[in-house]
Amino acid sequence: MSWYANRTIEQKRVVWAWTFLAVPLAFYVLVRFYPTLESFYVSLHSWRLIGERRWVGLDNYVRLATDPVFWKVFANTFIYLIVGTPLSIVLSFVVAYQLDRVRFMHGFIRALYFLPFLTTAAAMAWVWRWFYQPVPIGVINNALASLGIPQITFLASTTNALPAILATAIWHGLGFQVIIFMAGLRAIPTSYYEAARIDGVTDWTILREITIPLMRPTVIFLVVFSSIGYLRIFDQVYNMTTNDPGGPLDSTKPLVLLIYQTAFRSYELGYAAAQTVVLFVVLLAISLLQLRLMKDR
Amino acid sequence: MRILKSLAAAALLAVGFAGGVKAQSVEIEYWQYTFETRVRAMDELIKRFEAANPGIKVKHVNFPYNDYRTKVSAAMAAGQGPDVVQLFYGWLDDFHNSKILQPLPAAAFPAAKIEAEYFPMVREMKRDGAYYALPTAVRSLSVFYNTRLMKEAGLDPAKPPATLDALLDAAKKMTKRDASGNITQVGIGAGVEWQDQHWWREVLVRQFGGTPYSAEGRQVTYNSEAGLKALTWYVDMFRTHKVTARNFMDEPQAAFRAQRAGLMVDGNFRIGALERTRGLEWIVAPLPSHNGIRSNYGSYWVNGITASSKGAKLDAATKFLAFVTTPEAMQHWLDVTGELPAREAAAYSKSATESPIYGPFVAGLKEAHATRFVDESAQRQLVMDAVSRILLENQDPAVSLKIMAEAEQKLLDGFYKK
Repeated sequence: MSWYANRTIEQKRVVWAWTFLAVPLAFYVLVRFYPTLESFYVSLHSWRLIGERRWVGLDNYVRLATDPVFWKVFANTFIYLIVGTPLSIVLSFVVAYQLDRVRFMHGFIRALYFLPFLTTAAAMAWVWRWFYQPVPIGVINNALASLGIPQITFLASTTNALPAILATAIWHGLGFQVIIFMAGLRAIPTSYYEAARIDGVTDWTILREITIPLMRPTVIFLVVFSSIGYLRIFDQVYNMTTNDPGGPLDSTKPLVLLIYQTAFRSYELGYAAAQTVVLFVVLLAISLLQLRLMKDR
Repeated sequence: MRILKSLAAAALLAVGFAGGVKAQSVEIEYWQYTFETRVRAMDELIKRFEAANPGIKVKHVNFPYNDYRTKVSAAMAAGQGPDVVQLFYGWLDDFHNSKILQPLPAAAFPAAKIEAEYFPMVREMKRDGAYYALPTAVRSLSVFYNTRLMKEAGLDPAKPPATLDALLDAAKKMTKRDASGNITQVGIGAGVEWQDQHWWREVLVRQFGGTPYSAEGRQVTYNSEAGLKALTWYVDMFRTHKVTARNFMDEPQAAFRAQRAGLMVDGNFRIGALERTRGLEWIVAPLPSHNGIRSNYGSYWVNGITASSKGAKLDAATKFLAFVTTPEAMQHWLDVTGELPAREAAAYSKSATESPIYGPFVAGLKEAHATRFVDESAQRQLVMDAVSRILLENQDPAVSLKIMAEAEQKLLDGFYKK
């Protein structure tokens, strides 16, 4: 104890800081870092969960590079990302911008937008899955049929299924993005707007010259947040296509679902680990890129 | 207080002595997945077993189906597994290759006796001359018909279709469309992701004159004229005759229960759900024959003894496995779960064969083939994709069949190479 008593206040502070940090640190090392490193190691093996791990070197990566399903899934993941992120950000900004000017039942409307975000993704995916059904149980197709318009095949189509699922995912995340955008809008000092009005500037110019530039940090945060979300999309896809997960013909399958199936359906743990490593590298690259963009500010 | 304490101590001692005087007590562990009726049936069997075998305790552990295989594999790898474990028959190769199971003691389970008394499909459980696991119950396929819809279409429920052509004809009569031509009631509830994959593989392919796999299941043999005819017949229900639609009401059994499907091919495990559906009138008929050929698909869950079970535990596990495969246990299993006895004599009991519901399934068992799967879900996915390519991308069935056969052969080769 005398060792501790002889420390300066500064040093004591450090000791206490590390004591408290030890718990989350131990947690992160055991639950995050160790499995991450382990998956690099497993990816160099052939392993069926039961039985021996067999060293295969880079075979799993070679197989990945020549697996057409993997490339299809890789492309799907980027469609979710490249279409989903900008579309959801533009939509939510438009909603937030307009909602910010609405006084009538403002709180109520805002709550309506936020409600889907509070719903479990799985439950919401199932509701939409029913909406998309063909006649006689799908709401959308029933409406079309009663107007004499031909049915649209949503989830059972190789071309329409991915947009149908993506629309659900965008709708689900919209409320959160709207709230963040509104907070960003409120944070812009009103004096700027007042000054602009005195100068007699149009709304459009105010939006372009004041609002959008000052929203930059908010936009960057949302871009980072939602790109990671779209890269890891799983719940919506899995729940809306459980009969043929990621189907039909892999047209909706994202990388995370492929990893899940390789690991826990085919029990090819080594191959699944290799896929995970690829996802990790992609996520890392995108995060670094975005961090760099934020730094520019 | 003191008196109480010494009384308690004396009682404890007495119990201890009694236990010591009786046979050495041994506890074994049994694992299966959680399914209400199966858990109930097994609890009762364990109670009877313990009463007949004082000194043996059986701990019954069950967890949800979704994680079952993963948990079993992980526990086994960590040396934490049970003594007796339930597994799907299609997993045997994996469990066998990983040396998780030990061969059943030949003295208690002679191979000749198993082959004489069990349904032929149980022979799939033999590796290198020894049996590794045995089922209590087996399943087969039949056709379920909605009698109300049959009558509406002018069909006689007393004479359900006996041939494939008659089945298609009945399906046509029971299909309904709205003014724009959208199907509002399917003649047959179909989906290759459900039981139709088995119907195609083990029944239709054979009925059109082919075989799905070579004798040991290592070669794909359905890429033949017969396989093509079978696949074409199946997809024509969707694209030519339009007696069914993909994903109609999400799944065939949902459509059937909602009285929007005239018939469906399904297993006896569906009986319970249909019986609970109010207002639904239905009958069961055997799978239709074609070209005079009959066939069926059988599947089952088996119990095996793990390699880690030794000494007194192994003796107890052997006794327990023998007990749950007695004709009486099978009858109890049938009564509680609706699954059919795995022994021929028990299955052909009066109560089962004469039942209008179980009868067709029991009859199907004799002609049932159990596919030797190496990766059941991946193999199912191949059939699903083959059908999707034809129906969604207008691919020529012959090309689609070839792609499927090659992919499946690659899967088999990869598995057996190890």
